Amino acid sequence: MTAPSEDIPVTADADAAARAPAAAGTPRLSVENLRILTAPRRGRPDADVVDEISFTVQPGQVLGLVGESGSGKTTVALALLGYFKRGLRLGGGKVLVDGQDVLALPEHELAKLRGRTIAYVPQDPASALNPVLKVGTQLREVFTVHGGDPGRLDEVLAEAGLEDPAPILAAYPHQLSGGQQQRVALAMAFACRPRLIVLDEPTTGLDVTTQRRVLDTVRGLCRTYQVAAVYISHDLAVVAEIADEVAVLYAGRLIEVGRAREVFASPAHPYTRGLMRAVPVLESTYELHGMAGSPPRPGSRPRGCFFQPRCEFAVAECELRQPDLVTVSPTGHAARCVRAAEVVALSGTAILAGERAEPASDEPVLTISGVSVSYTDKPVLRDVNLVVAARQSVAIVGTSGSGKTTLARCVVGLHKDWTGTITFAGQELAPGVRRRSQDQLRRIQFVSQNPYSSLNPRQTVGQIVGAPLAHFHKLGNRQHRQRIDDALTSVALRASFAARYPDELSGGERQRVALARALVVDPDLLVCDEVTSALDVSVQAAIVELLLRLQAERGLALLFITHNLPLVRSIADDVTVISAGQVCERGSVTQVLTAPSHDYTRQLLADVPAFERD
Amino acid sequence: MTTAIEVQERVGPPSKASRPHPIRDTLIRRSAIGVLTLLLVSILVFAATQILPGNAASAVLLNTATPARLHALEVQLHLNRPAVEQYWTWLIGILHGNFGNSLANGQSVGTLVGGRIVNSAVLVILAGVIGTVLGVGLGVLAAARRDSLLDHVLSVGALAITALPEFVVAVILVIFFAAVVWHLFPAVSVFVPGTAPWSNPAALVLPVATLVIVIVPYVFRMMRASMIDSLESDYVQMAQLKGVPRWRVLLVHALPNGIAPTIQVIGLNFLYLAGGVVVVEYVFNYPGLGQALVSAVSDRDIPQIQCIVLVLAAFYVAVNILTDVISLAVSPRRRLPRS
Amino acid sequence: MARRPEAFAVLGRAVRTPRGAVGLAIGGAVVLVAVIGPALAPYSSTEFVTKPFARASAVALLGGDTLGRDVLSRTLDGGWELLLMAAVATALGVAAGALIGVVAAYFGGWIDNVLMRAVDVILAFPQLVFALLLVSILGPKIWLIVLAVAISHAPQVARVTRAASLDITERDFVKAMQILGIPGRRIIRRDVLPNLTSVLMVEVGLRLTYSILVIAGLSFLGFGLQPPAASWGLMINENRVGLIANPWGVLMPAILIALLTIGVNTFTDAVARASLGVGGRSTEPDPLVGLAVEGVSA
Repeated sequence: MTAPSEDIPVTADADAAARAPAAAGTPRLSVENLRILTAPRRGRPDADVVDEISFTVQPGQVLGLVGESGSGKTTVALALLGYFKRGLRLGGGKVLVDGQDVLALPEHELAKLRGRTIAYVPQDPASALNPVLKVGTQLREVFTVHGGDPGRLDEVLAEAGLEDPAPILAAYPHQLSGGQQQRVALAMAFACRPRLIVLDEPTTGLDVTTQRRVLDTVRGLCRTYQVAAVYISHDLAVVAEIADEVAVLYAGRLIEVGRAREVFASPAHPYTRGLMRAVPVLESTYELHGMAGSPPRPGSRPRGCFFQPRCEFAVAECELRQPDLVTVSPTGHAARCVRAAEVVALSGTAILAGERAEPASDEPVLTISGVSVSYTDKPVLRDVNLVVAARQSVAIVGTSGSGKTTLARCVVGLHKDWTGTITFAGQELAPGVRRRSQDQLRRIQFVSQNPYSSLNPRQTVGQIVGAPLAHFHKLGNRQHRQRIDDALTSVALRASFAARYPDELSGGERQRVALARALVVDPDLLVCDEVTSALDVSVQAAIVELLLRLQAERGLALLFITHNLPLVRSIADDVTVISAGQVCERGSVTQVLTAPSHDYTRQLLADVPAFERD
Repeated sequence: MTTAIEVQERVGPPSKASRPHPIRDTLIRRSAIGVLTLLLVSILVFAATQILPGNAASAVLLNTATPARLHALEVQLHLNRPAVEQYWTWLIGILHGNFGNSLANGQSVGTLVGGRIVNSAVLVILAGVIGTVLGVGLGVLAAARRDSLLDHVLSVGALAITALPEFVVAVILVIFFAAVVWHLFPAVSVFVPGTAPWSNPAALVLPVATLVIVIVPYVFRMMRASMIDSLESDYVQMAQLKGVPRWRVLLVHALPNGIAPTIQVIGLNFLYLAGGVVVVEYVFNYPGLGQALVSAVSDRDIPQIQCIVLVLAAFYVAVNILTDVISLAVSPRRRLPRS
Repeated sequence: MARRPEAFAVLGRAVRTPRGAVGLAIGGAVVLVAVIGPALAPYSSTEFVTKPFARASAVALLGGDTLGRDVLSRTLDGGWELLLMAAVATALGVAAGALIGVVAAYFGGWIDNVLMRAVDVILAFPQLVFALLLVSILGPKIWLIVLAVAISHAPQVARVTRAASLDITERDFVKAMQILGIPGRRIIRRDVLPNLTSVLMVEVGLRLTYSILVIAGLSFLGFGLQPPAASWGLMINENRVGLIANPWGVLMPAILIALLTIGVNTFTDAVARASLGVGGRSTEPDPLVGLAVEGVSA
């Protein structure tokens, strides 16, 4: 697949070098057996963070590096610039950029390469830009340090999509929007016409429309200047859109590599296959399946295949040793699995979901009419109307700032200053928690987005789940314990979890505890505010599976707030699209997502990154 | 394409006409609060010294009280009038610069204290400036060489010295440099009243050194901590990934961010010095406000106590205001909010 | 209420670090000297046993003080009152300050404003000066000194607990309890206060150090225990004159005070570092610094 690399010297004139056609087959970037360890510390043995990482990228091509949290993708990304975070060190391997090993260079030589030959686009531009320096100063710095014409600043910004440069240059980073900040970061990265660019989840936190624009810009710039790009992400759809090749990381190992189309259409590794079954897709309603268990952390990785404990294809051989990369196609598609050939031959990954059950009755559980909220002079919600019936899931979709969270907080009673009516089970709800009846408070429950702050770190899981129970019902000890155990079981946590503390749990487990806490008092309506947004794709799928099951079992009405349109497809019956506080469109999911009637909805749908599935 | 719901992208800073003036606003607001605070302080001081149980006059005169003298003193201190009226008279007097006469030697408190303010100010300013420069410099050094031997020595040293009381530090300095080990500096300053303190620099050394030793560890630790936070931030990482050389990362990227929280500490240190001078001046017999306060307390010289305490409180309030304003000036994020 | 005795867990962790062990050892040693000292003193602290500022001899192991009393005996006698006063002042000050801070944070609004203004007024005095002010009126009474020091601690503790409480009340798990309609008082007691344990533990340590410094300082200036009582601060002042003749009269109490405060401060530092792991925050380079500085004004 790759020709042996030739030594192409890094010329002083970066521009000319970038436009010169590269010798055919010579990879711009070649990573060979990269190994990174934790730095030695008293009492703790070294642990592999990543190992045996090898891949190549040709000029003008984009390689997507995919993995969930803990896979080591950011560690690899930084290593491409010869950078290791505190506590990590190089254990071996090479990173060859145009034949030169970046990892063998001394610090001052590396500094010359960074920003000029190899550039980095950060994940969170808000924190990656220095808050006390003007944007212009930080941009100019690239030229100051690497040489180059500062007069090109305007040109560089324009390329990144910022047409009116003067106010941007004069501003401080916090005065710009998220999209503008990211474009500034892009401009900084492309300013010196680098030969390799590393993008670390650059569109996380941007709304879908801005994300679309940023992706287009990146693709355009890469093509124009024949830059090789490594695009790190956990969002498979985004990677499918922008990457030519894909490499999948799991627990610090490269477990699959190949052309993006091939890998997503017919994955050769059980983990990738599992990922594809967990990703929601806009075009059709697929069942989402999570994967039980979680990836092993550095230091506790098994001797054999890392994925084996969770793998449905595992055989005895898998426990004995790490499998080698097995090639399954002439185009270079390979996976680290002894049964790769079988896995790749399995047709399709997606299972179409069955028809969703009709709602239990026509009697609406929750009716929102004419609700409006404004903070001093700014209207946050304007005349919102919405209905949720029993056993029905209604999704509320909007970007950040659209007012969807405020709406949730009004329903739940956290926010008091609203006008209009909200009716629950036939009775009007008072604006704040104080004035609602115990019964109403019990029957409406809420789960919020951040699993790391929604649980009291000083209490055990049992105490956390038991708190609402103790508040609403006075039960005997045994009954109380039983209800807690039942609640935990219903969210697929063993009863033994009741004695654990939140800091011992993963994000997905914490969210389950939050769910158990909401469900222990048997509510009729569950309001979920972006409950999966902070979770990995496979964990998200598991939570969605759980919610759907619970809904069917208990006849729950679900109000599901999210910004993730494809997810709506898999979880909701009806959807309401909100923008700037107003309802743009309402209707059944199939209707709205396949044949939208409002321009905003159409724009959103067009901007959502998509796989090309057969 | 719809235009109504197009995402409005804010571009850069607002136009000059509509730009708020947070510095000016903060200055005004803090000054107002400061005046209010001083007013409350004055009430507290007044209440404490003149209204409390036990007639102040009898407390002052103690054994030498005869009914006639008691009555005369009461009249002088206006103790026979209702409390609020007393307070009002007193307050008006103060605003005119009249603090009454010292009960110990009959001289005008204003003149007595006025002369000493300069002396104490010299100590505070010298110690404050030297201490700040040393603390900041050492803090940056320790942060840049984190976990090295130098860093450990400095950190442990700072931890130990912070804990020492000033009089212990003063006494140790006296033992080493003035009395027992070496005899480089005078143990006690002998000042001719009316001369400027800087005319006798040798006598300033030990008092200033004591104060410097007491405050450097605070500034050092804060500077080190905020520099380390700064050096571990995403924006410093980004600067390194841009290829910015190490010295420039330290001085241009990390330091301006590190200094902001330290401003608070520097302000606090000046405040601390205001209290610290009391003990230091006493030990070295330095003719400043602190020494005057100690004598006044021993003598129960109420007008002088009131005056000194008010001067110190005013100093406190002024330093607080200054600290807040400088903090704001150094932090663009707070100074120029997004609209 | 949390069942896990977090305070003990944190203390245990702290003791096992080098700083914690050293701090505890040093501070503990001085506390021991102060507490059982009076029982071990060879002479009474007011007995004249030798010439003023006599050098160390078999009769008086550390020599004589300014009046010819035994330095050793006076040193052994001179610590427990300081400790007791400092401990009580700290306890009162931290309790009052924590209460004010939590209430101000939770209820916000005008309650917060009023409390913080009151706090500002007390903060306008250096601690020592505040105590001196009160002493000047009522005389150097023990209870007055303790009260004055406690009052001057309260604002700083209030600021720190207010900032910490604000941080906690913002978090989602408190909102989760509010949704259920649970009244504010109960939420403060059950959910907010236990999270403040580590902050409060560190504050106790810091304030204790300051208490000792201020009370010893007052004693040094002559406004603490009055002569002929033995008290370390007073001894340092009394014996300054004869520093060259017999330095022990000054050195011994000075060393003891210094060791005490260094020990307490070092142990507090260890506790601060140990408590971070429980809260789950990332490692901070110097946890004491944020707390030693008052909470930033609004």
